[in-house]
Amino acid sequence: MAAVTADQTTQGTAGTAEEAEAAHLAAFDAAVAADDRIEPRDWMPEAYRASLVRQMAQHAHSEIIGMQPEANWISRAPSLRRKAILMAKVQDEAGHGLYLYSAAETLGTSREELLDKLHAGRQRYSSIFNYPTLTWADVGAIGWLVDGAAITNQVPLCRCSYGPYARAMVRICKEESFHQRQGYELLLALSHGTPAQHEMAQDAVNRWWWPSLMMFGPPDDASAHSAQSMAWKIKRHSNDELRRRFVDICVPQAQALGLTLPDPDIRWNEELGQHDYGEIDWTEFQEVLKGNGPCNEQRLTQRRKAHEEGAWVRDAAAAYADKHSARSGTAGATAQPVEATA
Amino acid sequence: MGDDALVLSHRLGEWAGHAPVLEEDVALANIALDLLGQARMLLSFVGDEDQLAYLREERAFRNVQLVEQPNGDFAHTMARQLYFSVYQHLLYEELAAGEGEFADLAAKAVKEVAYHRDHAEQWVLRLGDGTTESHERMQLALDALWRFTGELFEPVEGIDIDRPALRDGWLAAVTSVVERATLAVPSGPQSGAWAAGAGRQGLHTEPFGRMLAEMQHLHRSHPGASW
Repeated sequence: MAAVTADQTTQGTAGTAEEAEAAHLAAFDAAVAADDRIEPRDWMPEAYRASLVRQMAQHAHSEIIGMQPEANWISRAPSLRRKAILMAKVQDEAGHGLYLYSAAETLGTSREELLDKLHAGRQRYSSIFNYPTLTWADVGAIGWLVDGAAITNQVPLCRCSYGPYARAMVRICKEESFHQRQGYELLLALSHGTPAQHEMAQDAVNRWWWPSLMMFGPPDDASAHSAQSMAWKIKRHSNDELRRRFVDICVPQAQALGLTLPDPDIRWNEELGQHDYGEIDWTEFQEVLKGNGPCNEQRLTQRRKAHEEGAWVRDAAAAYADKHSARSGTAGATAQPVEATA
Repeated sequence: MGDDALVLSHRLGEWAGHAPVLEEDVALANIALDLLGQARMLLSFVGDEDQLAYLREERAFRNVQLVEQPNGDFAHTMARQLYFSVYQHLLYEELAAGEGEFADLAAKAVKEVAYHRDHAEQWVLRLGDGTTESHERMQLALDALWRFTGELFEPVEGIDIDRPALRDGWLAAVTSVVERATLAVPSGPQSGAWAAGAGRQGLHTEPFGRMLAEMQHLHRSHPGASW
């Protein structure tokens, strides 16, 4: 975007600073209205920056906490092929976390700062990862439903107004779609397998269906950030709109799997051309958000433990880098960037 | 060789979500995945990969005891990686250059293994020459796993290579890294009283049975099912 240069705001009197602020805001609003991408060096309202940091941090945290419920089954995967697929998926999730922390860092925060906030319980991750993976079929249900819901949410983010976030989402969505198909295929193998496998698959879908619908967030009339995020084109669709789109996608997929969705109120609404579905248990959703879900404590404790137990390794790497850059005659780990010496 | 890769892959998979930094979650999963790929190819040479992985009991596994050792702290995992990846790299280079039945497979895997070796070497350097704590932990880990390294150079039926030469090359490479890391090459024996070659004969350490129980449980609970 074409932004007014920053020193105009610092040189004038209070009056002209306000005018400059207004000019910045007008340029920003025009860029958003024209569907231009906002880039890291561009001026942006502080609330836009804060809102993006919040959302991107939560997204990054979800990727790394989300490794836990699936990694829970790596050591027990029932065939070597499935084990390889699951390991690759968990590896991708760590990679997605890395992309997203990098994208968030363009807004002037750091991975360390964001992780500290996660560990202190001051930033959230997706409520879905507070549910336990009790059987192998849960790995498939997560692929099909949880990744499916994530994709429905994230594809519109590929057109988000903030450039680095939008570009990260393009890469992430490609890999997520692949995982989603693999999860569906896993469930398909179970639902057409032995009666015990079929039952395992149905049980997993029964437990993951409602939590997956909750991934779209509170209903539109109770969503605190939605209106502003949509005005800034961070979000493109409302929570309820995306949730309904997801239900419409899942109903025929469940039929193809030979499994049922645990909602007797799902039926095709001829008039609206979409599915109606039953009432979500918003009390449960609020409890999970407050930290009272089945695995909240366990997930955060494991994350903190990995971080704390790894501190000596990170310290060693930093000490080694300092010693070796000092020995080779440069100014240590805090050396000037290359541009500064050019 | 297939069992070595399978068992080490399983151990590395246990790190998922527990690594000291996200980059290591990626790297360890990546190495585990490479090794699992090698295991699948090697086991498929002999029979059905899943039958071999999931339906053999402890006494029928032929992996060296080194790879079944529990992860311990990050230094233990890196010591195990250093010892094994240097061995595997030298072994695969030699097999890839020969005309045996593993030549093609080794030629493909040698690139992966070179990366595993580099990763392990870089970490041994960082931990050895990092802080006082990391130096001590790295030395402890090298010492603790040293007695499992002799087994790497026991003759194996069907693999015709010069084992003493492999041992010399391995010792030179490991010594070079360990000394650059300001650490000492362990001085004790490279095998326990009856441990050398034991894993290759199906004699394992106690943690291995528990590892197999976890790995095989689901597959064994559903006989004949496909996944």
